[in-house]
Order: sequence, then C-alpha cells, then structure tokens
Amino acid sequence: MRGGVGTYLAVARYSARRYAGYRAATAAGVFTNTVFGIIRAYVLLQVWHQRPGLGGYDTSGVVTFVFLGQGLITSMALFGGGIDLPERIRSGAVAMDMARPVGFQTWWLADDAGRAAIQLLTRGLPPMLVAALLFDLRLPTPASPAAAAGTTAAGVWGAAAVWGLFAVSVVLGFLVSFGLRYLIALATFWLLDQRGLESAYTLFTVFFSGISMPLTIMPGVLRDLAEALPFAAMMQVPADVLLGNRTGASLVAAIAFQVGWAVVLLAAGRALTAHATRKLVVQGG
Amino acid sequence: MADNSATRPGHKRHNRGRRYEAVRHYLLFAGAWTRVAWQYRASVLLLAVGQFLATGLDIAVIGVLFTRVPHLAGFGLAEVGFLFGTSCTAFAVSNMLFGTLERVGERIRDGSLDVMLVRPVGLLVQVATDGFSPRRLGGIVQGVGVLGLSLAGLNVPWTAGRVLLVATMVICGVGIFSAVWIAGAAFQFVVEQAAEAMNAVTYGGSFLTQYPMSIYGRDGMRLLTFLVPLAFLNWQPALYVLDKPDPLGLPSLFRFASPLVAAVLLALAATAWRAGLRHYRSTGS
Repeated sequence: MRGGVGTYLAVARYSARRYAGYRAATAAGVFTNTVFGIIRAYVLLQVWHQRPGLGGYDTSGVVTFVFLGQGLITSMALFGGGIDLPERIRSGAVAMDMARPVGFQTWWLADDAGRAAIQLLTRGLPPMLVAALLFDLRLPTPASPAAAAGTTAAGVWGAAAVWGLFAVSVVLGFLVSFGLRYLIALATFWLLDQRGLESAYTLFTVFFSGISMPLTIMPGVLRDLAEALPFAAMMQVPADVLLGNRTGASLVAAIAFQVGWAVVLLAAGRALTAHATRKLVVQGG
Repeated sequence: MADNSATRPGHKRHNRGRRYEAVRHYLLFAGAWTRVAWQYRASVLLLAVGQFLATGLDIAVIGVLFTRVPHLAGFGLAEVGFLFGTSCTAFAVSNMLFGTLERVGERIRDGSLDVMLVRPVGLLVQVATDGFSPRRLGGIVQGVGVLGLSLAGLNVPWTAGRVLLVATMVICGVGIFSAVWIAGAAFQFVVEQAAEAMNAVTYGGSFLTQYPMSIYGRDGMRLLTFLVPLAFLNWQPALYVLDKPDPLGLPSLFRFASPLVAAVLLALAATAWRAGLRHYRSTGS
C-alpha cells in the first residue's frame, strides 16, 4: 500500500467538507427520513402492541430500532451510491486516479469514509432527535437497564461501553457497505453501467438490512438467510448492539460476523482492483 | 401562445382547445420518449422488473407482519390488501403521468428549463413527459393484482354503490397523487434542492396510505384529514366499502368527498405551479 496515513486523512477530510455543503438538500433528506421513520414506527407499534417482546424488542426498543435505521440510511448508503467511481470509469477520468501514487482502493475508502462520517452527523442525528421528542426511545444511559444488560459493568461505564461497542459496530458495518459498493463500482470496468447492480443492491438492503423491519421477526429460513447475508451487518447488527440485544457470546459472534464480511469483501475488492488495473484501456488509447 | 389565441373565435372554445392541445402534446411527447427508451430494450425491461420487485418488497413486509399478528388496527389481511391495492394503483398511475416532475429542480439548476420555456408547448407537459419511460408501469401490475386478490377475499355485500366507489377512489387517488407531484414540483421553484423533501409527501404518502389510518392515532388522523388530506385518497371511502366505523366519528358525507377533495387539490396544485413559474429566474451563466 502506497501513500501515508496523512494523505488518506486529507482525502477523507475534503470529502467530508464536500458533503457538508448543500444544506437545503441535507434538510430535505432529513425531513424525508424522519417522516418515513414516523410512519414505520406507527406501523410496527401496531404489531408490537399485540405482541410485546416480539423478536426481542419492547415497544420503545422497536421505535428506537426504526429510527436507528432511518438515521443510518445515508451514512451506510443503504440506497446505493456514495462512490463516484463509475462516472469516472465511463469518462476515462479514472486514468488520473490510477496514476496517483496512492492505493486505489484505499483512496476510495478514505473518500467514502469522509462522506459517511459527516453524514452520520448531518443525516443521522436529526431524525433521532425528532424521534426523541415524539416517542419513548431506549438508548443506553447510566440509569438504563439496557446498559447493565449490555455489559457486565453497570452505570456510567456500562453505558459508555455500549456506546463504544456501537461505534465499533457502525464502523465495521460501514466497511461492509463500502466493500460491497466498491465491488459494484468496479464492475463498471466490465459492464460500463453499474445501475442494474446498484438497484439490485438497494432491493437487498431495503429488505435484508433491517430498515423495513427487524430481521428477527422474519419466519424460519427467511430469517436464517437474512442474518447470514452481509446486509445485516450494515444496520441490524449495530442497532442490536446499541439496544443491548447482543451480549456475551452473541455479541462476540455479531462483531465476528461483521469483521468476516468486511475482510472477505475488501479482499475481493483488492483482487478485482488488480484485475481492472491490468485491463484498463482508456478510450482512445 | 398569445398569437394563437387571436386566431380562435370564443374564449371558452379557446380554453377547451388548449386543454385538448395539452393532452395531444402529452401523448405525442410520451410516445416519442417511449420510442427513445425502447431503443434500450434490455435496460427498460430490467428497470421495470426492478420497480416491480421494489413494490413486491412492500407486499412482502406486510406479508411478514401478518405472519406475526392476525390484524392491524382491526383490519385483516384482505382489508389491508384493499388499502394497499387502491393506494398502489393510484400511485403507480400518477407516477407514470407526473413522476418525472421530481426532476424539475435539476432542470432549473442545469438551465435546461430555459430551453423548454422557448418551445411553443406548455411547460408542465414538457417536464412531465421528460424522460417518460414505460418502466414506470412496473408498480401498476402489483397494485391491480393485490386489489383484485383483496376484492376476492373481502367479505362484503357488493352493491352497485360499493363497486362505483371503488372505481371512483382509484380515479380520485390518481388525481390526489398527481396534485401532490405538481405541488411538489412547484415548491422546487422556491427551493431547488427540495427534491428529496418531495419524496416524503409522494413516496411517503403512498407508503402511509397502504395501512389503515387509525394506526397513526387520533392526532395523526386529524392531520391527514384536514391538513394533508390523504385520508380521502383511500381511507375515507374504504370505511364505507369495508363497512367500518370512522374512529373520529366524522360525518358519513366524508366517505364520498374524494372527488371534491381531488378537484380542489388539483386546482390548488395548478395555482401553485403557475405561481412557481412566475417566481422562476433562470440560473444565468
């Protein structure tokens, strides 16, 4: 890997700055995510009023779950996009990217990480704040039993530990999301149009990441499938970690699941990058 | 347009002529764009399949929820299916007719709206047909399919009044959703980057009318009746068709008010569109 850590940090910082603009668009997106969160919360509350505790959530737990999903949509790029690579492959500008004395995959990872970080704040926090005003949420605080259940320690340290584990799980979920989207973007080298794959990706994340409903309420085989696919790593797993639904061995398994998918997808991306670099013939060349 | 009117005899006839012209232009443009899209047959078919599957996922979510509970807010599977079918059909038709209006903000930003303004054809027709594609028909199949299945599964005596109301609610639903598309596009003249906020009302409106409105609580129902009158899209007429009491105890006249509401909303949307257009200033160079 070429290029120093400082280079990648700078790339991430500039990407974050780019995405910090467009305030009206951000507000519009937050509004939509929040409205959808409210509708979905009311739908699922109807189910949970009849079946309290279904899938391991109480009523405030399932509302929190819904808004965690809405808050993570943009940051985790659950509807696709975020990586500008396909357009650069089509236009030939990718030749410039490849000429840079930095790792190609790492460059795009830094770029996407900057985007995800700023959007976690601008697109993730506001829906949660509105939800906190409208509903009872279940977030780890020093007083909450969730914190005590999440770890062996109680009180302030317990809550801090759950938030820390959530942060780790979100970062891992992001790596899985990037890994998948990077593979899709790279496919443009061969297909010249990634839109088909991208819409397939969106279909899978909508149903299998948890933003439509907790995967734990799906019946039998469907649930097994949903919990094995990488999409669960992007939303269901981080939400479960924060809600204290994963403890002990189950917590270790959840993190291992995320690490496993991240490693597999990033390694595949690395191998495919090497392939693409050898194959690249810029138009006219 | 001005010199056009001089050649026509009566004002009334002129008005009717213009309306006829608009429909003729719409069909002409939509036909031309369809031929364009059809050059990329595989792409159109794949995108239509994508739209089809995306709507299918909404149905799958309702299906999974009903494996856990026998009813939602007192509505059984066939009754929720009836709401879903009417909402989905109306939305799919309105999306095909006016869905591309969501891109008017883009048109304003890149200046291509100016090109449309100098053509001797109404702007609304041009923007609404811009990039018209048969793929937007993808959702209609499900809407009609689910509606048909639910009608077969419903246990109500089919009087002439009920049959007529079902037909009316779908047509008025198209009118109401179309008004929402047009008003949302008009809003983009004021805030160009608001396209995503529009999703909250369009896609959000379609999503929330798939479920019995009583799940949103009394305040939610009041809001959706008097402020954002989506209750008239399918909820109010459905109460009559399904023979259910109105949780708010509103007069029975409300069950038949959809045509009036649709007409008023369309008139308001048209006014908003004209006001937006007057507000329009080209981005310049």
